[in-house]
Amino acid sequence: MEQRGLGRLRLPGLLALLALLAARTPRVSASQDLNLWPLPLSVKTTPRLLYLSPGNFFFGHSPTSKAGPSCEVLQEAFRRYYDYIFGFYKWHHRYKKIPSEMELQKLEVLVIMDPQCDHFPNITSDESYNLLVKGPVATLTANRVWGVLRGLETFSQLIYQDSYGTFIANESNIVDSPRFPHRGILIDTSRHFLPVKTILKTLDAMAFNKFNVLHWHIVDDQSFPYQSITFPELSNKGSYSLSHVYTPNDVRTVIEYARLRGIRVLPEFDSPGHTASWGKGQKDVLTPCYHAREPSGTFGPINPILNSTYSFLSQLFKEISAVFPDEFIHLGGDEVNFDCWESNPAVLNFMMNKGFGKNFKKLQSFYMQMVLDMISAMNKRSIVWQEVYDDEGKLIPGTVVQVWKMDSFSTKLSNITAAGFPVIISAPWYLDVISYGQDWRHYYSVEPLDFEGTREQKQLVIGGEACLWGEYVDATNLTPRLWPRASAVGERLWSPPEVTDLENAYRRLTRHRCRMVKRGIAAQPLFTGYCDHEGRM
Amino acid sequence: MEQRGLGMLRLPGLLAALGMLVGQAALGMQRERTTPLSYWRDLNLWPLPLSVKTTPRLLYLSPGNFFFGHSPTSKAGPSCEVLQEAFRRYYDYIFGFYKWPLGSDKVPSAMELQKLEVSVIMNPQCDSFPNITSDESYNLLVKGPVATLTANRVWGVLRGLETFSQLIYQDSYGTFIANESNIVDSPRFPHRGILIDTSRHFLPVKTILKTLDAMAFNKFNVLHWHIVDDQSFPYQSTTFPELSNKGSYSLSHVYTPNDVRTVIEYAQLRGIRVLPEFDSPGHTASWGKGQKDVLTPCYHAREPSGTFGPINPILNSTYSFLSQLFKEISAVFPDEFIHLGGDEVNFDCWESNLAVQHFMRNKGFGKKIEKLESFYMQRVLDMISAMNKRSIVWQEVYDDEVKLTQGTVVQIWKMGNLRMKLSKVTAAGFPVIISAPWYLDVINYGEDWKQYYSVEPLRFAGTREQKQLVIGGEACLWGEYVDATNLTPRLWPRASAVGERLWSHQEVTDLEDAYRRLTRHRCRMVKRGIAAQPLFTGYCDHEGRI
Repeated sequence: MEQRGLGRLRLPGLLALLALLAARTPRVSASQDLNLWPLPLSVKTTPRLLYLSPGNFFFGHSPTSKAGPSCEVLQEAFRRYYDYIFGFYKWHHRYKKIPSEMELQKLEVLVIMDPQCDHFPNITSDESYNLLVKGPVATLTANRVWGVLRGLETFSQLIYQDSYGTFIANESNIVDSPRFPHRGILIDTSRHFLPVKTILKTLDAMAFNKFNVLHWHIVDDQSFPYQSITFPELSNKGSYSLSHVYTPNDVRTVIEYARLRGIRVLPEFDSPGHTASWGKGQKDVLTPCYHAREPSGTFGPINPILNSTYSFLSQLFKEISAVFPDEFIHLGGDEVNFDCWESNPAVLNFMMNKGFGKNFKKLQSFYMQMVLDMISAMNKRSIVWQEVYDDEGKLIPGTVVQVWKMDSFSTKLSNITAAGFPVIISAPWYLDVISYGQDWRHYYSVEPLDFEGTREQKQLVIGGEACLWGEYVDATNLTPRLWPRASAVGERLWSPPEVTDLENAYRRLTRHRCRMVKRGIAAQPLFTGYCDHEGRM
Repeated sequence: MEQRGLGMLRLPGLLAALGMLVGQAALGMQRERTTPLSYWRDLNLWPLPLSVKTTPRLLYLSPGNFFFGHSPTSKAGPSCEVLQEAFRRYYDYIFGFYKWPLGSDKVPSAMELQKLEVSVIMNPQCDSFPNITSDESYNLLVKGPVATLTANRVWGVLRGLETFSQLIYQDSYGTFIANESNIVDSPRFPHRGILIDTSRHFLPVKTILKTLDAMAFNKFNVLHWHIVDDQSFPYQSTTFPELSNKGSYSLSHVYTPNDVRTVIEYAQLRGIRVLPEFDSPGHTASWGKGQKDVLTPCYHAREPSGTFGPINPILNSTYSFLSQLFKEISAVFPDEFIHLGGDEVNFDCWESNLAVQHFMRNKGFGKKIEKLESFYMQRVLDMISAMNKRSIVWQEVYDDEVKLTQGTVVQIWKMGNLRMKLSKVTAAGFPVIISAPWYLDVINYGEDWKQYYSVEPLRFAGTREQKQLVIGGEACLWGEYVDATNLTPRLWPRASAVGERLWSHQEVTDLEDAYRRLTRHRCRMVKRGIAAQPLFTGYCDHEGRI
């Protein structure tokens, strides 16, 4: 099993050894009929069937577990998964007596280390688990609650109904752990506002696919829906309308809903480009563009030459770093248009004084450096789009670079990791780009570590993100556009690198998609066919 | 104004003359670029009517003091169900999604619009099904206190009510207003369709009804129901119940006779025809599951291979089966037309089959397998004629030189040589439906609606008579990658572009103006409960319902 991360991610405790052992054993032979997605590290099943009766099954804590009924993350998850497993079917409360070793009556959850019930998940959160399904009591063992969440999802995927409607599961033993620690979905609430309920639905679906990062590209040129307490005018003036804003309470709702599903919320406040909407509610924050030595009345990127800019940003990011508990803040830094800076005499003067000459990349570096330092000073870490690295900004070690351009993609991965920076891959996974047919196969067939580099370099790839930019997406079409196409990315980032069989993936994903539909996610079809329970759509 | 059709479509009655005059006036207006334009530029009409004149004079509407009614001289009254249903529906579309107080403030009556009075001039056809010659023209005069909507038939009233509902907006204080205006309208083409495919994926009835709602908002008038195909046979036949018992995806994935009636009735109330397609002899794999011997057994190395091909064209039993099936279909679906398919027949299986080879020899077809296809289609076409129905076929049937009965409609779906094909088919005297540029199941990044919008259906070499044989077009949403989870946002508002192309005047081609109007029209659809996807960045005032 690969270990990867930020130079400090280690799989702790008992499970590490277990997982290593499991990885060596022959995998998945008996699992042809299983519908697991993403495929766990190791699955062993027997033909022995266990019967479940909804009225005689429950989730419980093992007496030796470090977590108990006071662990809200688990209590919520128990109810949720009971519903996913049994809730959409008709069943009778009375149950027939069958020999107890053939009946599965309980899933006992055992958390070995400090469960982290009240924590937020982070990049080093341990999501590994061991699931032993046998009668009458199955056990789910994990170091932390995060592994329990992933294991509950897997457990729910093991249970199916036979042709008479009886709930069954095969006796099985699953050892699982993610390949990459950062598995994200990018949503864009600036090009179109997404109602909170759409975001929560997305979090549900993410949990079904074992994603663990919601990358919230919350503001951009088109609108500024984030309601800031410090600078309320930003959304008062910069949002599409006053009903198209995220109040502090909305943001808290999203973060808590995500936490309960083991999902981090990574906020992106993209600058200095992509900031047109900021200018509406904050005077002087954007660079005035000039035409023929006169202000043209239009505005460009954030104005990098004013002290007021940095004091504004410092206050804004201070708020953001308090509102969003995640260790990381995404600072953007992509697609900065230099024309406006070049047209502005004060900017030119500043460049001269700083000795930047005509090199506007240096000005961008100067700006990014100021913001990066700000974030460091707040004890947060930064993620930036690849341009910030390309433009040779001096990056603090540990700054994460997100690669989004398909251009010289693998060379770029080599270069950035050779320079020692952790990387998030998005380039092959721009899901807003659509085409006829089964494009999920392309997403699925990407091998993230297929680039020139040492073992250490490869370990710097902390994961990837499926990006659903919002130009053509809003609440009317987000869900079917995202799912199950993003599921392909989900398995690529979770499962071992050898899990690449497209036919097997098609079979499992078709059923996984139907399972999502059954759970209320309007995931679109992969191809012709039907689902048993599509009536809810 | 163009007139087109099947050699028998004529715009009847009073409105014809009116339409002619206004048509010319509208053209003149466009050329001059004079004042009236500036007002209707602010309107959000989709598809754009033939002639719109508005004044800056505002009329106020109070939901508690407005109603739809029949003119005393109208040939239709409260017993006309199509209109009574439409009145309720449009009251809801106009006022239903807003909060409003019941009491009305008194405004001078000339400034208040209190009633829309509907007047039907000829036999209203309240209990008829719409057909290809149905008159959809109308005249809408919006003034206070009583506006009038005049039409020859109820079909024109339905189109006019949609336009009326699109004229009303709210000012920044929430007051309902409409500009005084005069609209004369009539469709460019009589066949304006949406193809749905319920075989590749089953579509629940409620999804089909939603689609019919949205079609009415875009003045479409034909639901082309590609109901069965290789993948599944969801149509529940009373004569051959095994077809869907065995051929559907599951027993919950079927359309019962009652479901079909529901769809037809819902469509009728919106002035929409339901055109059933039972595609054969290809695309019929699912038929074989519930009907013995209907498909051709394929051979491999002179032995039956166990697989099956197109319908078996050499057995008498095939034709007696088809005759009974189509007899049922022609009774179940009231439309004058039945779509017989005839596309993409794979000849390999026929060629492999010894009995088929033998039959070909006896008939003197030689090795020309197209002749067998012709033979088959000819039999089915004759069957349909004998039932007093007319046929529509996909272009291959014409391409493969099947002798077509006069008046058989050819639907063009291949982009290859599109214009030349249009010239040829119309030169041969056959009416044509255009679909080739409007395959909406094919998706791309960006604003592909602009391509659909920019198609000019009559841009091909041909005489005036040939052009009149183009009876319309259809936006096709094939179902390989579409089911209830994504149908609505994939279809709308992309199909709206086709809707305006088929309804509005040929010269309505300005993409920027279309973008502006379509953006608002899309928001209106969203407000009315249709999850139409966005054209580009932005927002709708009332997107909360989705």
